[in-house]
Amino acid sequence: MKVRVFVSLKNGVLDPQGRAIHHAIEGLGINGVNDVRAGKMIELDVDASVTDDQLETMCKQLLANMVIENYRIERLAA
Amino acid sequence: MSAFRSAVITFPGSNCDRDMAVAVEQVCGGEVLRVWHGDAALPDRLDFIALPGGFSYGDYLRSGAMAARSPIMQAVVEAAGRGVPVLGVCNGFQVLTESGLLPGALLRNAGMNFVCREVALTVENNQSLFTAGYSAGQQITIPVAHHDGNYFADAETLDRLEGEGRVAFRYAEQVNGSARQIAGVLNAAGNVLGMMPHPERMIEPAHGGSDGRALFENLVRGLVTA
Repeated sequence: MKVRVFVSLKNGVLDPQGRAIHHAIEGLGINGVNDVRAGKMIELDVDASVTDDQLETMCKQLLANMVIENYRIERLAA
Repeated sequence: MSAFRSAVITFPGSNCDRDMAVAVEQVCGGEVLRVWHGDAALPDRLDFIALPGGFSYGDYLRSGAMAARSPIMQAVVEAAGRGVPVLGVCNGFQVLTESGLLPGALLRNAGMNFVCREVALTVENNQSLFTAGYSAGQQITIPVAHHDGNYFADAETLDRLEGEGRVAFRYAEQVNGSARQIAGVLNAAGNVLGMMPHPERMIEPAHGGSDGRALFENLVRGLVTA
């Protein structure tokens, strides 16, 4: 089963990468983009035996740094 | 008293481990043991543990994130809990925050640029094992070389750190966007210090200065074998 973990910076945490991307978008001549925040997506292929609790543990202890980041787990239908 | 006995940990990608070992050997003397990240145990009777700068595990995921979960870090966390002095410089500081030994996190520099130059630091707290060789408010010059040195913690944590005198060093001018210009922080017990600047690169005049020397000198002076 495929699981996707989306990791994003918490509100209020400065995102210089997002700011640089925003600047580059403006360079494309496209207006109307108000803000850009960059995050990461981690895709896992896991056995059905891997529990929600185990996924939460992976996120809290490794995939996301809870001081600065939030995460969201998405289980994809097989 | 037995000779000073220290360990420098090497992660895959560490590149300041030799600088650190040489600094400790020259200033503290005694025996400097080199320890590999995959080792599950530390040598016994250590007076000091150093986590060096550089990179670790390609800095994948986040700087220091993988290293913080390496086998040796379990042993370092345990030793720190027993009161063994632990210094993390640069990537070592990132490993200390990722492992939970120090609060906060180190983000990408606010200006997006890698910063590599000498910076002026103010010694904020000279009551710790690491900083007692300096005077409070003293300004020292130490080099930095990092991309992810922007110290972040929530306001409540920052207030607590300041209130408890746990800000060891502050940048005299803004270098990387760090909250309250914090360059180095101590744990609550005062035996763990993390800092982005590299004191091991400033221990003799040939380095361009020796302002980092007092940090290592004081480790020997304050020696308490844990």
